[in-house]
Amino acid sequence: MNNILQLVWLIPLLPLVGFLINGLGRKHLSKALSGFIGSAVIFLSFAMSVWVFIQVKDGNTHVAHYFDFINIAALKIGFDLQVDQLSSLFLLIITGVGFLIHVYSTAYMHDEEPQNFAKYFSFLNLFVFSMLLLVLGANYVIMFIGWEGVGLCSYLLIGFWFTNNKFNAAARKAFVMNRIGDLGFLLAIFWLVNKLGTVDFHNVFASVGNLSTFDITGITLLLFVGATGKSAQIPLYTWLPDAMAGPTPVSALIHAATMVTAGIYMIARSNILYTMAPVSQTVVAITGLSTAILAATIALKQNDIKKVLAYSTVSQLGYMFLGLGVGAYTGAVFHVMTHAFFKALLFLGAGSVIHAMSGEQDMRNMGGLKKHMKITHLTFLLGCLAIAGMPPFAGFFSKDEILGAAFAKNPVYYGIGVAGAMMTAFYMFRLYAMTFLGKFRGTADQEHHVHESPKAITIPLLILALLAVAGGWVGIPEVFLSGGHRLGEFLNPVFAQSDAITIKPEMVHTTEYMLMVISVALALVALIYAWSRFSKYQKTAEPSTGLGNVLENKWYVDELYEAIIIKPVRAIANFFNEVVEKKGIDGFVNGIGKAVNYGSRQVRLLQNGQVGLYVLMMVLGILILFIVQLFL
Amino acid sequence: MEKLHGWISFPDLLIWLPLISGLVTFMLRKDKQVKAWSLFASLLTLAVSVLSLVYANDKILNYVSWKWLSTLGASYSLGLDGVGHILSFLTAVSFPLIFAATYKSEYKHSQAFYGLMLLTQAGLMGVFCAMDALVFYFFWELALIPVYFLCSRWGGEKRIQATFKFFIYTFAGSLLMLLGIIVVYLHTNNLMDAGGNIIAPHSFSINAFYDVAARLEPTKQYWLFGLFFIAFAIKMPIFPFHTWQPDTYEQAPAATTMVLSGVMVKMGLFAVIRWLLPMFPAAVDHFGYIVIGLSVIGMIYASLLAMQQDDLKRLVAYSSIAHIGLMCAALFANKQIGTQGVMIQMFSHGINIIGLWIVIDQIEKQTGVRKISQLGGIAHKAPALTIMLVVIALANIALPLTNAFVGEFMMFTGLFKYNVWVTAIAGLSIILAAVYTLRMIQHVFYGEVNTLTATMKDIPNSVKWVLGILLVMIFVIGVYPQPLFDLTKDTVASLLTRFK
Amino acid sequence: MEIKWYIDLAVALFSIGVIGVLTRRNAIIIFMCIELMLNAVNLLLVAFSKMHAAAEVGSISPSVVSDGQLFVFFIMVVAAAEVSVGLAIIVMMYRNTHSTDVNFLNRLKH
Repeated sequence: MNNILQLVWLIPLLPLVGFLINGLGRKHLSKALSGFIGSAVIFLSFAMSVWVFIQVKDGNTHVAHYFDFINIAALKIGFDLQVDQLSSLFLLIITGVGFLIHVYSTAYMHDEEPQNFAKYFSFLNLFVFSMLLLVLGANYVIMFIGWEGVGLCSYLLIGFWFTNNKFNAAARKAFVMNRIGDLGFLLAIFWLVNKLGTVDFHNVFASVGNLSTFDITGITLLLFVGATGKSAQIPLYTWLPDAMAGPTPVSALIHAATMVTAGIYMIARSNILYTMAPVSQTVVAITGLSTAILAATIALKQNDIKKVLAYSTVSQLGYMFLGLGVGAYTGAVFHVMTHAFFKALLFLGAGSVIHAMSGEQDMRNMGGLKKHMKITHLTFLLGCLAIAGMPPFAGFFSKDEILGAAFAKNPVYYGIGVAGAMMTAFYMFRLYAMTFLGKFRGTADQEHHVHESPKAITIPLLILALLAVAGGWVGIPEVFLSGGHRLGEFLNPVFAQSDAITIKPEMVHTTEYMLMVISVALALVALIYAWSRFSKYQKTAEPSTGLGNVLENKWYVDELYEAIIIKPVRAIANFFNEVVEKKGIDGFVNGIGKAVNYGSRQVRLLQNGQVGLYVLMMVLGILILFIVQLFL
Repeated sequence: MEKLHGWISFPDLLIWLPLISGLVTFMLRKDKQVKAWSLFASLLTLAVSVLSLVYANDKILNYVSWKWLSTLGASYSLGLDGVGHILSFLTAVSFPLIFAATYKSEYKHSQAFYGLMLLTQAGLMGVFCAMDALVFYFFWELALIPVYFLCSRWGGEKRIQATFKFFIYTFAGSLLMLLGIIVVYLHTNNLMDAGGNIIAPHSFSINAFYDVAARLEPTKQYWLFGLFFIAFAIKMPIFPFHTWQPDTYEQAPAATTMVLSGVMVKMGLFAVIRWLLPMFPAAVDHFGYIVIGLSVIGMIYASLLAMQQDDLKRLVAYSSIAHIGLMCAALFANKQIGTQGVMIQMFSHGINIIGLWIVIDQIEKQTGVRKISQLGGIAHKAPALTIMLVVIALANIALPLTNAFVGEFMMFTGLFKYNVWVTAIAGLSIILAAVYTLRMIQHVFYGEVNTLTATMKDIPNSVKWVLGILLVMIFVIGVYPQPLFDLTKDTVASLLTRFK
Repeated sequence: MEIKWYIDLAVALFSIGVIGVLTRRNAIIIFMCIELMLNAVNLLLVAFSKMHAAAEVGSISPSVVSDGQLFVFFIMVVAAAEVSVGLAIIVMMYRNTHSTDVNFLNRLKH
């Protein structure tokens, strides 16, 4: 047991230490110091993650047991961390992207008071801690601990500027939506405990044969409910766009790069369960695909730069679920990775723009920023190309892998997926063109202030841009380069169990080429159309009509939920409070008291002081006694 | 009777220390003396309780039995098993914290106030230690009566009405229980020792009760089960016997509310564990689904009501009803894991809810109101208070790594083994709990400062310390709950063997 | 004489007493009616005592004969005590209200 990886607990511990230092010392730390501590702990974690990754790459995986969390006769849950290919990859993504975003934040949040600045970094560190716990957990319960932890941090950071009640409401919505998903996750864990008596990944996956198909389907569907909450899928996706109320680096880290991919991580982790439950797989695929399309349509008409990116995130997450649903686990994880790079880049770029525009988020008031912000512009363009799936940028490889697998499963999936990819290219370049091209449409005052951001912002942008360009080269498809999919080989042990029981349809190379050409060509068409149409965008006052209006209002989903869930629940609660509780139950209890009171007041009238009446009562009483005695 | 005990034992100390120091308190005159003395006395009790945990496995130190009213078959029998240890420790730990947190509160006739509080503590300890039905009943009432005086003398505006309701309601329940005790007692004259001799014509001892009650004919068991259950259901309280609780919590003085909700409602759960379940296993099997049904309905119902409350105290009261409902359901589901969960959750819930009351008390003291709609922006003025409250509130809704998560996780697992759909419905309360808790946090602590909260200051250091201790307990239990499991596993095991 | 006649007489006397108590409001008359009832009972006791003594002659201890008659003395003594107290109350009542109507006394305060 003296595996060197036993020390893996240091990786989550460091951010926790950072959280404690920044949180407890927030009144005494200067901004520079708290920013430094916050970033440094993540950097150390990152360094260790690299080391862990190298260990894993050399074939050293390990489950580290520390102490018993719950240990009773019926159930044993250890506080265990698991280091394997999947978790080490996620460690790299979380700490790597996390570190860049911490550095970025030191500049972005610079206008905050020192106390709030430290608070911000402590929350951010706490988030990284929870996220690391989530991916390192060796059983579903430890995973769930991290799972709820990231939800909490997301809540705290969305509502970071807590003076604004709209932000608070968004934070609350995020938390409650996540809790709905969490209930599904919890029920799945209960089910596992009930059937298998264990929640350890190893034991569960080893004894998966003992479960009936019904059980597996039920468990996987419930797990998926959890994933829809955390990873913002239909029907629980509406919190994510609202979550943009938080500071932009938070959106980049939590609501794009890491936390929202937790659902994908969880399903990829439980891949064997899903492989054995085709029904669940289909549900996952269809939900993912519908979310991808729905969110993409909404993104077409949004004008808030962060909202577009938010819906784009929802849509990309949909693709990942599509990948999971069609059994392309590697592809989904691959897309998680590339998406983390380019979406973090895009959000940070958007943050840089917002920073330069003094807090303006409406794209209609931007334009022409190309000449003012060279680095931001360049990196943003690379990010857009990556997300649009242009070769040879990162998004191309991962998206293509998912679409290819979707085609193999069902060509309809592929068709719809490509339509979504077209929309992605369209709205991203609409965003790009409206922001960076054309003429400046903001106020003169804003134009005066527009400037390139400081180095702490641009350097992370450059690094992420590099990754967004080159990040896909670890997964070059076999048709281009034999042995090019190094990521796939690396992750192979994690999905081996699933691969063993699935039959991979062999695709003809020409088909594969054709699919790529189709999707890239269509996306290119959409890209060019968006570029040409919006590069000379002018503000118009006329409201959009018909479908445009529906899209602008996000298909009225929020309103629908308000009408069919929130209002009825409120009405029921109100009915319970006003009628059942006050008049019904309490009324009954008080009624007994009142009845006794009333009764005694009536009986008291007999004691009226009339001696004759007393005697009469006495005589009558005696007579009744006689009658009873004689005749009954 | 065989002598199984030394001259003094932990249960003795735990009961007599607060009882005598409470009586002494009545004679003190100066306000400062009274406060210092009662804090000291409660700390002394805490020390004894900690010692009793250290020596938890020592039978001689934890059990005691003296002759008392032997013509009746009663005896002064006390004992601490796992569940008794947990709850007596909760009682011991909560009183010093409550005294410290309300140290600045002024009471008229403070010697009477603190004396009665200590008497309540003695009563609670007695309930958790009693191994004889008559002793149990005696302490059950001893715990109730001081609370009646505390609420009716030092309570809020509508205290008379609320206290009257509380007293009559719980007292009616107690009488039903007394009736049940007497009926079982009248059946105990056939208890024999190994030689076939009748030991006593009648007996109140817990073993006699266990033996006799379980052997009664089913219909009689059902009736007796009903008598006991209603008494305990009122005390817990579970739906629909709960209406005394919000009124009482609202009107009682803060320190008393903490005792009531933190410790006293555990009396009902404890009594179910100690008396109801072992005595009537057949009836529990027979009526278990009704009780679980009521509990689950109560969870959802109370959660929904909590969403509607404007008064902070009432909100916490309803949230408490929802949590107690889960514990009751898990108890009656009768699964090892769920019962273990209840053990730990009884403690956790006590800690968390006392923390919530302390925060509410601080807010009310400073602003004079408890209405959610009138407050706002406290986080600007009192960041320390806000952080503490957020942590405690999140612990209350069972976020992982806080104490309540462990308990709720296990209780739900036990309930799941009992019935899937019940669990799914009960699980909705997890969501609802998040809704009402976050709503409260948002409207009271976040947002803009208003005229009422503008003058607020952060909490004094003494309160900071108290809340800090609570926080430490929340996290320690949340991360490493195993010692509590080890403490209670024998109790749970012996409880469950009665259902085989 | 047959026991029946005694019983009839006693019942008649007792009924007169009851009706008197129920219908009259004058305290003194009510008092007299109570006395009437008591004496009806006395009459019965004596009569039954005599009857039992006649039926069980010689075979039983003399207490059978005397028990009933002893009770009569008790009742007479108690009745006498009662009358003295009762009359005193009536006198006080008359002084206060200038009437012996019991319905004036339906509240025991001013």
